[in-house]
Amino acid sequence: MSKRLVVIGDGMVGRRFLEAVTQRDPSWDVTVLCEEPRPAYDRVRLSAFFDGVSAEELSLASDLPGVEVRLGEPAVAVDRDAKAVRSESGEYPYDKLVFATGSYAFVPPMEGADLDGVFVYRTIEDLESIKAHAEGRRHGVVIGGGLLGLEAANALKLLGLETQIVEFAPWLMARQLDEAGGGILKQHIEKLGIKVDCGTGGSRIEAVDGRLRMETNRDGVAFDTDLIVFAAGVRPRDQLARDCGIEVGERGGILTDLSCQTSDPDVYAIGEVAAMEGMCYGLVAPGYSMAEVVADRLAGGEATFPGADMSTKLKLLGVDVAQFGAFDGPLATTYLDPVNGTYAKLVLSDDATTLLGGMLVGNAEPYPLLRASVGGKVPGALADLLSGGEVDAALPEGAQVCSCNAVTKGEIMGAIHEGCHDVAELKACTKAGTSCGSCIPMLKQLLTEGGVEVSKAVCEHFAQSRAELFDIVKVTGITTFSELIARYGAGVGCDLCKPTVASILASLSNGHILEGEQAALQDTNDHFLANLQRNGTYSVVPRIPGGEITPEKLIVIGEVAKEFDLYTKITGGQRIDMFGARVEDLPKIWRKLVDAGFESGHAYGKALRTVKSCVGTDWCRYGVQDSVKMAIDLELRYRGLRSPHKLKSAVSGCARECAEARGKDFGVIATEHGWNLYVGGNGGFTPRHADLLLSDVDTETLVRTIDRFLMFYISTADRLQRTSKWVEGLEGGIDYLREVIVDDRLGICAELDALMEKHVENYADEWKGVIDDPEKLQRFVSFVNAPETPDPSIEFETVRGQKFPAGTTARSHAAPVALGIPVTLRSEGK
Amino acid sequence: MTEPRFESICDFDLLIPGRGAAALLGDGTQVAVFRLHDDSLYAVSNRDPFMRANVISRGIVGDRGGEPVVTSPLLKQAFSLKSGVCLDDETVALEVFAVEVVDGAVRVGAVSEVKAGA
Repeated sequence: MSKRLVVIGDGMVGRRFLEAVTQRDPSWDVTVLCEEPRPAYDRVRLSAFFDGVSAEELSLASDLPGVEVRLGEPAVAVDRDAKAVRSESGEYPYDKLVFATGSYAFVPPMEGADLDGVFVYRTIEDLESIKAHAEGRRHGVVIGGGLLGLEAANALKLLGLETQIVEFAPWLMARQLDEAGGGILKQHIEKLGIKVDCGTGGSRIEAVDGRLRMETNRDGVAFDTDLIVFAAGVRPRDQLARDCGIEVGERGGILTDLSCQTSDPDVYAIGEVAAMEGMCYGLVAPGYSMAEVVADRLAGGEATFPGADMSTKLKLLGVDVAQFGAFDGPLATTYLDPVNGTYAKLVLSDDATTLLGGMLVGNAEPYPLLRASVGGKVPGALADLLSGGEVDAALPEGAQVCSCNAVTKGEIMGAIHEGCHDVAELKACTKAGTSCGSCIPMLKQLLTEGGVEVSKAVCEHFAQSRAELFDIVKVTGITTFSELIARYGAGVGCDLCKPTVASILASLSNGHILEGEQAALQDTNDHFLANLQRNGTYSVVPRIPGGEITPEKLIVIGEVAKEFDLYTKITGGQRIDMFGARVEDLPKIWRKLVDAGFESGHAYGKALRTVKSCVGTDWCRYGVQDSVKMAIDLELRYRGLRSPHKLKSAVSGCARECAEARGKDFGVIATEHGWNLYVGGNGGFTPRHADLLLSDVDTETLVRTIDRFLMFYISTADRLQRTSKWVEGLEGGIDYLREVIVDDRLGICAELDALMEKHVENYADEWKGVIDDPEKLQRFVSFVNAPETPDPSIEFETVRGQKFPAGTTARSHAAPVALGIPVTLRSEGK
Repeated sequence: MTEPRFESICDFDLLIPGRGAAALLGDGTQVAVFRLHDDSLYAVSNRDPFMRANVISRGIVGDRGGEPVVTSPLLKQAFSLKSGVCLDDETVALEVFAVEVVDGAVRVGAVSEVKAGA
């Protein structure tokens, strides 16, 4: 006979328990009684519900073998003598029973707390009621300034309400932060336009003229509002257990031992309802540990609760907040930066050698290292740790890297030595990083520490590097992806190798990039020849070589933007970007541009973007060469050139360098005698100045050298390796590069010249190629079955006189930047 | 058992092997239909659950360890074409739709397999 298990409650912990128990011992016949009308969902992310995330997307439900979930059917009584749980409609006998009933929202006894417009913040149903009530209303008050209260405030803000937080404690998140940390957090939150009053408690609520008025414990301080949300804490839902005589803790919660067993040996309690040795835990991580303990026990194991790590790291209203280990101790050292809004506190042993705990507000980057070091040596110089600076420290073997799943550095290093070679494998093998994910940067660091070399293979389908594939294509003359992967790869390809091979084929054979099989290889930007934006529309950037444009053409751009209702912005590359174009409008936009003598430009893709210029000798008093003409010539020569990464360039007419050429992949600076050529510069995440390759050369030498530089780079660089990293990676660096492409030490210059000549000869306007080809045009529709219908889900709103994707622009706040910490309570009322 | 209601989308020949196309169903649902190189067909929700834009049909298809996948063109998460599950975050999934070819026409089930099977 199969064993019968009844679980009361289908929340986050209950669901984790079901997963664990079905995995460890599938012989249980499980019935779950769930009060809510929907299966388990991610309550931690509840406010995301107002950020457009649907109830389905929050759902944690999955089909588990041998588990029957009875939704909307709460348990009403437990008969421990008969060993059965009763609901309104049925009776469910059990061999083992698990309480996972969680908590209910605590509403302090207060007159008017039952009025219409007063809510709690706990379930999706609560949120739906709040949303319905908020419709057409303006203002909301959240009672509670802890984790839950800040989440609720986020929810009200997302609903577009003016939001006021009222917290009884003297500062925000008083359970996790000290006064200074709470002060910095308040500073961040007030900058978002949310009002915060601490040291304030509601005393009564009354209905006044269709609105609500809450009086407080502070004389003359009252809040007029449209709705009030209680988010001031939770209490364990232990009534059902009390009713059937199971022991409860002094402060509530079902009393259990360290194996989660209650006073009845056949009954367990897990999650927020459990008072383990009298202590209730309101976080999900300890609940998950309890779920694992009971699953192990039911499979015959001997697991006990490993102790709760109450460390938390959260992003609340966009602010990083973290707390780990001890809250206070013999010695504490703090760092406060009111200008950047960061606060850090480290709690140390009295001899200042052992880290006991601490907290971070505003910048939680050091959190993984610090949390893992709790109980061990302080992992670096205090000043660096506190200010969030660079810390170079090796963790002790015993340090816990993943606290959610209790994985130590020693276990991770062991897994690396046994053959785990990337984060995904480490996650699968050790479970580290599979819950909150905050330790993933540490995992990467440990992989490096463990000597794992980063493979140069393009992806799982090609063991070769990009440079090797380039050579293969060049030598074999292969012209299709399918032939290349059949002969030199495995599988059917992916989003890494397909665009890489497409780029190589384009560099070497110059057909239209959407011709035949190549169309399926292109990333969406190359497939639609425009830049995909976050809401599914595209941006169009007409090519303006060298940044030189006639008034007539400027007017055409304006007219096109007006006709198709596009947002316009001047780019950093001396062009004009038009955003918000729908797929089906792209060919129409290109037609107008082509008719006016433009081509659309490569503002996307791994290709030459722009060649910027200053005005040079034509206008400038200082110019020594015609930089504009040089920039135009270079841009027209290299346009459409596909490369391992994007390519940017600039030409300055004198040493004043107004075009910022040294921040480019190849930059040209005029001299009195000719041109200087610099290569390997870039802006971006890690800016780098380009290095001087040639000086005082004539135009012909300059262009020939750039030809060779680009083709040598395209032939030998790795996927997504920019010219700077490529030059740095060449053995011998810039001097070697000069030997190869100027002195022709390898004897390959003739070949590089021929490759570039072929590119220049075969260049054709890719956008014109589409509008002249009915078959390619057919793809430019939102729907294959409704070519005339635009995507109805795309919506815009108007900000600063232009259109923006709906719901994405931050409301601007005119609030002044607060300097200093507001730790003293303001006494004025509202 | 009720048969799912199917809607004709387009001629099979109109689909480019290795590429997707979006279709608008009668109830306003947007579906991304993919024809792979072996001429197999898959249909999943067109809505990127991370960025909440209807763009999945414009992703690159391929395989991960043999599992057919489409990669979102926005932030490049891979989704199984068979189950809809996101391989980079298994808590997230695309809805999967039944799809078939009848007399050269591609037809998509208006009722998803996920919903029908729940």
